[in-house]
Amino acid sequence: MTVSHPHTHLADAVAPQPVSFTLNGDAKTLNVRPFRRLLDVLRTDLALPGTKEGCGEGECGACSVLIDGEPVNACLVPVIQCDGATVVTIEGLASHAALHPVQEAFVAHGGAQCGICTPGMVVTAAWMADNKMNAAAIREKLSGNICRCTGYSAIVNSVAAALGESE
Amino acid sequence: MPDGNQLSKDHRVGKSIPRPDAKVKVTGALHYVDDLPFEGLYGATVRTKTARGRMTGLRFKDGVDVGVDWREFAVVTANDIPRTSKLDGIDPNQVMLIDRDQPFLVRDEFRHVGEPVCLLAHPDPEVLRRAVDLVEIKTESLPAVLDYRQPPTDAQVQRGEPGPDANLFKRIVVSKGAADEGDDAFSKVFEDAAHIVSGTYETQAQEQCYIEPNGIIARVEVSEADAQGALWPANPWKLIIEGSMQCPYYVHKAITHLFQLPDDGVQIIQAATGGGFGGKEDYPSIISGHAGLLALKTRQPVKLIYDRVEDMAFTTKRHPSRTHLRAALDADGKLLGIDMDVTLDGGAYLTLSPVVLSRGAIHAVGPYRVPHVRVHNRAVLSNTPPHGAFRGFGAPQTVFAFERHLDRCAREVGIDPVELRRRNLIIRGDALAISQRIDEPIELHKWMDEALTAGKYEERRAAHAAFNEAAETSGSPLRRGVGVATFMHGAGFTGSGEDYLASEVMIRAAVGADGLGGVEVCTANTEIGQGAITIFTQIAADALGLPLSAVQIAKPDTDQVPNSGPTVASRTSMVVGHLVARASDDLVRKLESQGTLSDGDLHPNPDDDRASALSDARGRKFEPTALRGALATAAAQDGGALEGWATYQRPPGGKWNDVTYKGIAYGTYAWATYLADVEVDLTTFETRITDFVASQEIGRVLNPLLAEGQIQGGVVQAMGWALLEDTVYKDGRITNPNMTNYVVPTFADVPDVQVLFQESPYAYGPWGAKGIGELPMDGPAPAILNAISAAVGVEIDALPASPERVMRAVLAAQSSEVSS
Ligand code: FES
Ligand code: FES
Repeated sequence: MTVSHPHTHLADAVAPQPVSFTLNGDAKTLNVRPFRRLLDVLRTDLALPGTKEGCGEGECGACSVLIDGEPVNACLVPVIQCDGATVVTIEGLASHAALHPVQEAFVAHGGAQCGICTPGMVVTAAWMADNKMNAAAIREKLSGNICRCTGYSAIVNSVAAALGESE
Repeated sequence: MPDGNQLSKDHRVGKSIPRPDAKVKVTGALHYVDDLPFEGLYGATVRTKTARGRMTGLRFKDGVDVGVDWREFAVVTANDIPRTSKLDGIDPNQVMLIDRDQPFLVRDEFRHVGEPVCLLAHPDPEVLRRAVDLVEIKTESLPAVLDYRQPPTDAQVQRGEPGPDANLFKRIVVSKGAADEGDDAFSKVFEDAAHIVSGTYETQAQEQCYIEPNGIIARVEVSEADAQGALWPANPWKLIIEGSMQCPYYVHKAITHLFQLPDDGVQIIQAATGGGFGGKEDYPSIISGHAGLLALKTRQPVKLIYDRVEDMAFTTKRHPSRTHLRAALDADGKLLGIDMDVTLDGGAYLTLSPVVLSRGAIHAVGPYRVPHVRVHNRAVLSNTPPHGAFRGFGAPQTVFAFERHLDRCAREVGIDPVELRRRNLIIRGDALAISQRIDEPIELHKWMDEALTAGKYEERRAAHAAFNEAAETSGSPLRRGVGVATFMHGAGFTGSGEDYLASEVMIRAAVGADGLGGVEVCTANTEIGQGAITIFTQIAADALGLPLSAVQIAKPDTDQVPNSGPTVASRTSMVVGHLVARASDDLVRKLESQGTLSDGDLHPNPDDDRASALSDARGRKFEPTALRGALATAAAQDGGALEGWATYQRPPGGKWNDVTYKGIAYGTYAWATYLADVEVDLTTFETRITDFVASQEIGRVLNPLLAEGQIQGGVVQAMGWALLEDTVYKDGRITNPNMTNYVVPTFADVPDVQVLFQESPYAYGPWGAKGIGELPMDGPAPAILNAISAAVGVEIDALPASPERVMRAVLAAQSSEVSS
C-alpha cells in the first residue's frame, strides 16, 4: 500500500525551529519542524484531539480551524504558516461552562450524529455566526465540510437557529 | 400488548429528546480511537499490488537513505501464525465469519490487490510509512477475474468446478405460482401476457465513506515469564482490542479463533465510532487481528489506523450488481409474472455475500402482488477486495432494478407510473413474492397518496410537461421530471437469523451521578451516530418510570455486556430496544420478588403519567422515589448489583424456510414511497435534485428528531450513489480511492429532504417501533432515475447517472431516432 503524504519528506528534512502563535487565547511557542501539518501539531504535540482527520487532503473539512478568524483545513497548513497568527480550535469555542450558541443549536436541532464531522462543522458555523452571516448562505459557506450521517438538513437547521440568535 | 403501546404526554418515547452524547460531540471532547491517549508502537500493513497470484518471497529493501533501519521494526507475516489451531484443528489464519476462505495474512496464493501480506510496527509513524514502500513482494501472477459479469475461463476458477457454478459463492431462487410448477408453466404466463417488458440494470460499488477511517488499538496482558519469547505465549494471556467498530462480538469471534484463546482471553471494546453504515461490520475483525499480532509479537500496545486512501482502497464496499428483468402484464397494467436474474459481485472472498444476496432476493419484487415470480440470484467471485455490508445490504440493488423497471412497464402499457403501482400494490392479506402473507393493517395505497400529495405529484407532472414542451420549442436546455419509488424494508436478521443470534440484554441496578438509584443498560449494540444511546435511554426510562438522567448506557465491552447481537440490519431499536424494555420489566419483577419493592410502593395515581410496565402490560407502576430507593439498595446488595435480563423470543406466527425461500422472512416491514423532482441540463447533462419527499410507515417514531435525521442521512447517501459516487477499477485496483476523486454529496449538492412518517405500531417492537436504519437507502436511486428518465424521455438504467452516462443515453436515443 502506498500512502502519499505530500509533506512527509520535507517535514522531516528541515530542522525544528520556534513557532509562536495564539492558541485558543493562550500564547504558545513550540519548537517544531516547520513543515509539519498544523493538524498533527494540534493533535499530537498540543494534545488537542478535537480537530479530526477525515481525509488528509483538504476535501472533508473535519480538520477545520480558524486562523486569524478564517476557516482553514489544518491538514493542509504547515505549522510555520501559523507563526504570529491567532488559531482557534473546537476546544477554544466554548467559554468555561457555557457552550457557544452554535454548539447549543447543534445539540437542540440534531446537528451531530456520529460526531466526527461535528468539530469542523461547528468551527465553520461559529465563523458564520461570529461574522453575522446570512442564513441563506449556509449551504454555500459550509460546502467544504462533509457530513456522511445527517444529510445536512439538521445541520442547516442548527446553524440557522444559531444565526437567528446571534443577530 | 396493544395497551403497552399507548403513549401519554409524559412519555419520553415519541419525543425529540436531545442526545445524551450531543454535548461531548459538539465540544470535541469525545475521544475516537485515534484520539485516545496512547503510548506504544504504530502499525502498518504491506499489501499485494496485483489482482491474483502466488507469493514467492519478501524482500526488505535497504532504507538507510530514508531513515529506515529494519532492526528497529517488528515484522509479522503468515509464518508467525500456526497452521492448525490446537483448539479446533482449523487454520487460525482465517477470518471467522460465514465461511472461512479469507486469510488474515497471505500465506501463498492471493486474490486481490491490497491483500495483507506483512505487518510492520515502529515507534515513529513517519518512519513506518516510508518502510511500507520498501517491502517488495515477489509474486507469480495467476489469471484474475476482472469482470464479474463474464463467465470465468477454467484458469480463472477459484471456487467450485468449471461450469455453471464456477466461482459461485451462493445461489438463491425465489419462486412463486407457476414458477413452482416448472419452466413450461412459467413460460406460459409470459406467452399469454398482453405486454412483456424487458430491461437490464446495473449498479456500481459504493464506498461507505464514514468520515472516521477504520482504526484499532491492541494490547496484550502476558505473564512475567512470557514477557519475552515466542509469538504465542505458553501461559494464559489476554488480548484487549479497542477501536472503531459496529459489532464487538463479531470481532471477538474472529480474534478468539485467530489467537486460539478462550472467550475470556479476549476483550473487545468499542471506542466512539465516527460512522459505520455497514462498513465497520466485518472489516474491523481483520484490523483487530493485525493489531493483535503486532502487539503480541512486540508485547507492546499497537495502534493501527488507516488513512483515507487505505480505507477506501481496501476495505469493503456495496456489491456491484447486474439485473435482467422481464415482466408480464395484462392490458390494464396488472403484473402477471416477474422473471428476474440478479448477479452480485462478491469480490475475492465470500465474507457476507450470501446474506447480502438473500436480502436483495427477498426485497426484489417489493410490495407488489405478483402471482408468478422467479428471481434467480447469484453472488460470484471476482478479484477485487471483498464487497460487504453497506446500509440496505442488497436491497438497494434489487429495488433499483425493479422500481426502474416499473416505470418502463408503465410507459409500455401507456399509463402513469404511479397508476401502475396503484394497480399492483398489495393490500392486507396479500402475499409477497416469498409467499409471506401480510396480515398487519397496511394501507399502502393511502400512504402512497399521502406522499404524492405532499410531493405535489400531479401538479408537478402537469407543470413539467408544459415546461418541457416550452423548452423544446424555445431551445432551452432544461428538462424537468418527477419520479417515484414504492418499496419496503424488513428489519432484523432474515428468517431464523434472530433465533440463532438469541440476543441477550441486561439491565443492572446502579447509582447515578446524583447519588440516587437508577439503572445501567448493558448491550453490545454500538452508538455509531444512529442514536442507539438516546433510544435505549428513552426506552429504559419509560419502561421503568425513571427520569432520563437515572439511565446510563454501558460502553460496549465484551467483558461487561452480554451479546445482544451486531449493530446491523436496522435491528438495534426494534429488536434490541424491545429486549431493553423486557429486561427493564424483569428487573422490576425481581425487585418485587425479593421484597425490595412492595405493593405499598405502588404509584397512587397510576393513570396520571407513564406506565412502567411495558412489555407484559402488567400495568404495575411504582412511585418514583420508592423505585429509585429500591434500585439504590439493589445496586449495593451483597453479591453484586441486581440484574434484569431478557433473551430474544421469536414472535408467534409462521417460520421461514431457507430451502424453499418461502415464509416469514421478517417479522415486519417498514413501507415507503419516495418522490424525487429533478432538473436536467441538456448542455452539461448535469442533474439537480430540486425537491425530495421521503414518506414512510415505521410503526412508531421513537424520537422524531433522530428518526428524521436517520432518514435524511440515508436519502443523501443514496443520492450520492444515484448521481455522484463512482468507483473506477483498473486491473482490479480502484483508481480513485480518495475524497477528491470519489465524490460524496456536499451541502451544495442536495436539497432539504422532506420527511413524513406514518405509524402503524408493530406488536414486537418497543412501543410499536420498526427498524428504519436501512430503509432510506433503498428508494432514492430509482426515484431519481425515474425522474431523470421522465425528464429526458430516455430510460437511464445504470448508476450513477453521471453527466457522461446521461449524455451517452440521450445521444444514443437521438441517433437511433435519426436512423429509424
Ligand atoms: S482532514 Fe483536512 S480536509 Fe479532510
Ligand atoms: S455526524 Fe457523522 S459525519 Fe457528520
